[in-house]
Amino acid sequence: MNEADDSQLSAILTAGIEEEAAAAALRMADRAEREGLADVAYAAYDSPLGTGYVAATERGIVSVALPNRSADQFLDQLAARISPRVLELRGRLGAALRELDQYFEGSRREFELPLDWRLVRSEFSSRVLHETAKLPYGVTSSYGEVAARAGNPRAYRAAGTALGRNPIPLVVPCHRVLQSGGGIGEYGGGPEMKEWLLRMEGAVG
Amino acid sequence: MLAYLRAIVGPDDADDCFQETFIAALRAYQDMDGRHPRAWVMTIARRKAIDHHRARARRPEPRGELPEIPSEDPEPEETWSEVARLPDGQRSAVALRYAAELSYREIGKALECSEEAARRRVADGLKGLRKLIDEQEVRS
Repeated sequence: MNEADDSQLSAILTAGIEEEAAAAALRMADRAEREGLADVAYAAYDSPLGTGYVAATERGIVSVALPNRSADQFLDQLAARISPRVLELRGRLGAALRELDQYFEGSRREFELPLDWRLVRSEFSSRVLHETAKLPYGVTSSYGEVAARAGNPRAYRAAGTALGRNPIPLVVPCHRVLQSGGGIGEYGGGPEMKEWLLRMEGAVG
Repeated sequence: MLAYLRAIVGPDDADDCFQETFIAALRAYQDMDGRHPRAWVMTIARRKAIDHHRARARRPEPRGELPEIPSEDPEPEETWSEVARLPDGQRSAVALRYAAELSYREIGKALECSEEAARRRVADGLKGLRKLIDEQEVRS
């Protein structure tokens, strides 16, 4: 067989496979869930900024991918850092999907989801993110202030790093933390996304 | 993987084997060969397909061979049935190469043979497949 035949053979053998595989994968995920084989469940959420992903363990929401992040990268990271048994299970993320929807519609100001902090590496990062989680809707703070509340006012750089690595953005609202001078600062989804969120919350004009 | 299973057990039973394979992989994930994850899963898929063929052989059903529908161009259904008629080693090698699109190195891992042997089995399988398709065309 020559090369043209080769690619033709591949085309015949893989015809229509993507749709079938997607359906088969969903059935498989449901069965894996019933048999207790899913360590991490994930689902896509829609937002005015695009499609993102949210993942949970049996303890709670463990990670959120902002809409600019690739699904593959997100899933690879979950597999490497938690367990390779990562499955798409919208049913397990019902509450998170509903609350994210409401947040983007403007009808929810606070998330009421159990969180799993296992992807937060250090003690200080954990304190910074817990403090950040307490920031109310539409209210901003600074890296220095958050560092101070976490117990070390001089560690504003470390606070910035902790926020930059926030595994649960949106739900843990690191977008509400700005530079001390009022500058927008950095954001995993890019400064434009940060500004968009703050404008939606009415925190900036 | 579904394409691979479809090629070696046929479209009707591929989904069952796919489910069995993934559930088995999820149960056994600690044994996974981290360097060749795709080959590892395909090894499980192949074992499930073999189990499936054995189960089918134990309960003889009137279904027997896949139907042969004569036509001018090889239709998808027909190419599956031709691939399914190859000897086991070649059938898996061809399906891993052209349905699952694995590298020869990965095929070697999945079939527990050398990369060179995998290459040979694919080549032999293609020759066999071409012969089967030619015979089909002569008959029709």
